[in-house]
Amino acid sequence: MAKKEVLRVENVGMKFNLSQEKVDDLKDYVIKLLKRQLSYNEFWALKDINFSLNKGDRLGILGLNGAGKSTLLKVIAGVLKATEGTVTSKGKIAPLLELGAGFDQQYTGRENIYLYGAVLGFSKKFLDEKLDEIIAFSELGKFIDVPVKNYSSGMKSRLGFSVATLVEPDILILDEVLSVGDAKFRKKSEAKIMSMFDKGVTVLFVSHSLEQVQRLCNKAILLEKGHIIANGSIDEVSKIYLEKTK
Amino acid sequence: MKTYIENFKKYRFLLMELVKKGVKLKYRRSYLGILWTLLEPLLTMIVLSIVFGTLFGNTDPTFPVYILTGRLMYTFFNNATKGAMKAIRANAGMIKKVYVPKYIYPLSSVLFNYIIFAISLIVLVVVALVLKVYPTIYLLQAVIPLILILVTAFGVGMILSTMAVFFRDLEYLWSVGLMIIMYASAIFYKPERLFASGYGWILKLNPLYLIIHNFRQAVFGHPMNMKFLAASIVFAIVSVIVGLVFFYKKQDEFILHI
Repeated sequence: MAKKEVLRVENVGMKFNLSQEKVDDLKDYVIKLLKRQLSYNEFWALKDINFSLNKGDRLGILGLNGAGKSTLLKVIAGVLKATEGTVTSKGKIAPLLELGAGFDQQYTGRENIYLYGAVLGFSKKFLDEKLDEIIAFSELGKFIDVPVKNYSSGMKSRLGFSVATLVEPDILILDEVLSVGDAKFRKKSEAKIMSMFDKGVTVLFVSHSLEQVQRLCNKAILLEKGHIIANGSIDEVSKIYLEKTK
Repeated sequence: MKTYIENFKKYRFLLMELVKKGVKLKYRRSYLGILWTLLEPLLTMIVLSIVFGTLFGNTDPTFPVYILTGRLMYTFFNNATKGAMKAIRANAGMIKKVYVPKYIYPLSSVLFNYIIFAISLIVLVVVALVLKVYPTIYLLQAVIPLILILVTAFGVGMILSTMAVFFRDLEYLWSVGLMIIMYASAIFYKPERLFASGYGWILKLNPLYLIIHNFRQAVFGHPMNMKFLAASIVFAIVSVIVGLVFFYKKQDEFILHI
């Protein structure tokens, strides 16, 4: 199969303005403006990030806390707009970050499937076809017509996982999420992800568990203070990572 | 421009879902459900008619229709702008996770309130017929103020939703603003004495009053006030342009503040 590039990240940098005190109401803002106390510290969370992924690549993103891993995922998902540089992607990106955080609490499980699917950019027809499969995979049974606010956190994660994976995205973003539900569901979700690998989904995976990254990924990058300090096959990069964390 | 339209088409289903969600959730778990939309303006109309009809010695039998037209339009403007203002923060969970054109959230909030407003117009039709305010050819003009109030609410809503991301206390300030707008909209009094007193400019500076006035003209079978019409069209267009530009320029910063 010819290697097709699906994601390219070029010279991406992300700058944050950290204000010394958080100003988030108009009263404080006007007072500070008049007293000339509005000062900002610039801070680059990411700088000069370059890499590209082909279809079917599974990239592990390693790094210590605060290295910029989650920021990078958010830039790729399009949630954060990079201060400089460009991200070009082909196909549908489905993020599996903080599962179920985007659900509407008053809505039932079934209604949330449509809402969440719509947010991911799918059509009603497509979701109609997938609905039964999603409900079956989530194992929610009759609870699917109960408002999500009455769900346990395990039930919410199961529903979130089922929607995000069954809609068959081209690029899947996983942020420390492979530990949802009970042991049985965990096994099932890992099997699901593995079967998506076989179909050639491209994966971006962030985890602190090196063992898990080694098991799932074939490529990796190592971030430190917003810079890529290693980029290559998973074995090379994990060697460097182990030395760093010693 | 073409890419904007394509992007909009792609997210049309999401917009519909969000509008549907707003309407569905508003009346879920209440016994009377959508009937509240009709009952609530009817009850307040009765109270306001009795109180202010007596207070101002108003003997006009169509006074309830007068109150109802103003109140329904004001209530829509109130709910739509408040909803749009809170839209970005209310959907923070989604915005932080998945890319979606962000204007969809305030827009859906304005649209769902407009649907509820449209349903509540049934009350107006019934009350008008009961009190013998019959439709004339001028009623066709009502379409214009009905469109203008939607456009104005969307424009003002976009400005507010942008500002509310950065300033949390805007919610309280806007409540005060809305109250001032309500009193300056001649909802439950006739403005003639105010105009005679020389304070009429307060009403004329209030775009909501201008729209309500023309809507009343249509309902009661009079031609529209063209000066009022021109002013309210200008305000609607300016508010939408300012709202869109402001929102567009600031939207990438939203995520850092929610």
